[in-house]
Amino acid sequence: MKPVYTRPKSLKEAHFHYCPGCGHGIINRLIAEVVDEMELRDTIICVAPAGCGMLLYNYFDIDTLESAHGRGAAVATGIKRARPENLVFSYQGDGDLAAIGTAEGFHAANRGELITVIFVNNGVYGMTGGQMAPTTLHKQVTTTTPLGRDSRLAGHPVKICEVFALLEGTSYLERVAVNKPSAIIKAKKAIAKAFQHQLKGTGFSLVEILSPCPTNWKMGTVESCKWIDDVMSKQFPLGVIKEVPC
Amino acid sequence: MSGNAALGEAAVLAGCTCYFGYPITPQNELTEHMAKRVPETGGVFIQSESEIAAINMVLGASVAGARAMTSSSSPGISLKQEGISYLAADELPAVIVNMVRGGPGMGNISPAQSDYLQATRGGGHGDYKTIVLAPASVQELADLVPVAFDLADEYRNPVIILGDGMLGQMMEPVSFDNIKPKKDYPKDYILTGAKGRPSRMIRSLLFDTKEEEEHNWKLYRKYQRMEQNEVRYETFLIDDAEMIIIAYGIAARIAKGAIKRLRQENLKVGMIRPITVWPFPMKVIQETAQQVSDFFVFEMSTGQLIEDVKLALNGKGHIHFYGRPGGVIPTPVELSRIVSRHCYQAAHRRKK
Repeated sequence: MKPVYTRPKSLKEAHFHYCPGCGHGIINRLIAEVVDEMELRDTIICVAPAGCGMLLYNYFDIDTLESAHGRGAAVATGIKRARPENLVFSYQGDGDLAAIGTAEGFHAANRGELITVIFVNNGVYGMTGGQMAPTTLHKQVTTTTPLGRDSRLAGHPVKICEVFALLEGTSYLERVAVNKPSAIIKAKKAIAKAFQHQLKGTGFSLVEILSPCPTNWKMGTVESCKWIDDVMSKQFPLGVIKEVPC
Repeated sequence: MSGNAALGEAAVLAGCTCYFGYPITPQNELTEHMAKRVPETGGVFIQSESEIAAINMVLGASVAGARAMTSSSSPGISLKQEGISYLAADELPAVIVNMVRGGPGMGNISPAQSDYLQATRGGGHGDYKTIVLAPASVQELADLVPVAFDLADEYRNPVIILGDGMLGQMMEPVSFDNIKPKKDYPKDYILTGAKGRPSRMIRSLLFDTKEEEEHNWKLYRKYQRMEQNEVRYETFLIDDAEMIIIAYGIAARIAKGAIKRLRQENLKVGMIRPITVWPFPMKVIQETAQQVSDFFVFEMSTGQLIEDVKLALNGKGHIHFYGRPGGVIPTPVELSRIVSRHCYQAAHRRKK
């Protein structure tokens, strides 16, 4: 009998700790599947973030460094410049890339660093308990916006892909989601595409992934997936935001 | 050659292949030297978007196995402390140069020694130490650069070169003949892609408190080995001395000039100059205190080095102090007058 669905080789024999309905587990698995399928395990280096995603090093069976909060793109730059023969990606959340690490991400993108950022956008600071993120939607309730995000006081949801698209160093920017099977298939293709761009040396690549956080959204798992379609993706439209020929 | 340029050239000759920096006075000549020289040798130079980015690029290059360096001056070094703490926690080698200027805050761009405590106490968050080398001439600066890289590789720990604006910008003849080809250090921890071996993971997040505690003790034992093996200092005319000046870096250079004048007045003054300000040369000070009761701390701050001298003497002897903070550069004449007064007062006290 031919197995059609197995654990990717690039994932360790460990159970994900993520909350029920969380998107990180799906994203971790998609990356591992792409690493296996593109036969990248021998050359790939991962830069892990601070936040819920940081524990991915318990799951990935690939060389991994944990970076300080927000510094993933700078650390990945150092690795890639020192070892251009390796494929280097950082895995960063919305607080990580769009708040504390905006400068590092922006300038790595502007220099056209040959790295890939997997940008997990769930609109909240997950690990610290659901505070407002730079990507929190207008009027969205979080623990630090108890009355809903008031843009007059707390600014607007940051659209990283659209901002980075203006930079000449970026070559591939796509926004995807992991809230339903069809979206998950697209997300996997986007990750593979981003790695291909890095291998071809076209420039900086980034995949923004809208990811459910039922625990901090105070929603059911099904409701969370529906909310991405009905509300979140209206603010953050899905699709290829920028792509140069690869 | 300026101290900054000499430092850069020595780094290139010592095998530094990755340099990341952000402009700040008084160390720009170093960044500019590296912008030219590192790419010539096939290495990596990036002018980063901030000091924070630069130290994190250093961390990335270090984990990829390269000899990596960054440099800055006081306000920029404050920004680098986060990354230095991570380098120490991850046990990664790196060399960080601080050409100290007057502070706190923006301060000025004049030479100072007011980052002593930040440099010698770790500087960032957490229980860690860095070896801190404090050269006193352009030649010594060049000589200590390969030492810094070797110590960083030997102990897998960040090493700080603590200079100041004067050392960085003054011009002196310098020879690089002492720099030997870089030794090979085992790089069995770096990330290269997990080809033909189990994957590696480098992290400082240890949720299990027992694991974190053990990691802290492991680092502590490493710092103890540094304290045992890596203390460096210079003594100057201490055999017959009745007053010992303790000064480091450019202040020690000024002190040497002062001592020559004081000796002409038949005042028996000598000097102990720490070359590593961490680990601090406690033992030589303690041994000298068996014969000498008067120690004169001279530094370009309101008094930071003096804390280590007090710890070394542990209540023994008499400590005299002269400090000029804020980027003021005292002259040997000025210092010799002050020391001379203290010598006469000490002699008077001893007679009583």
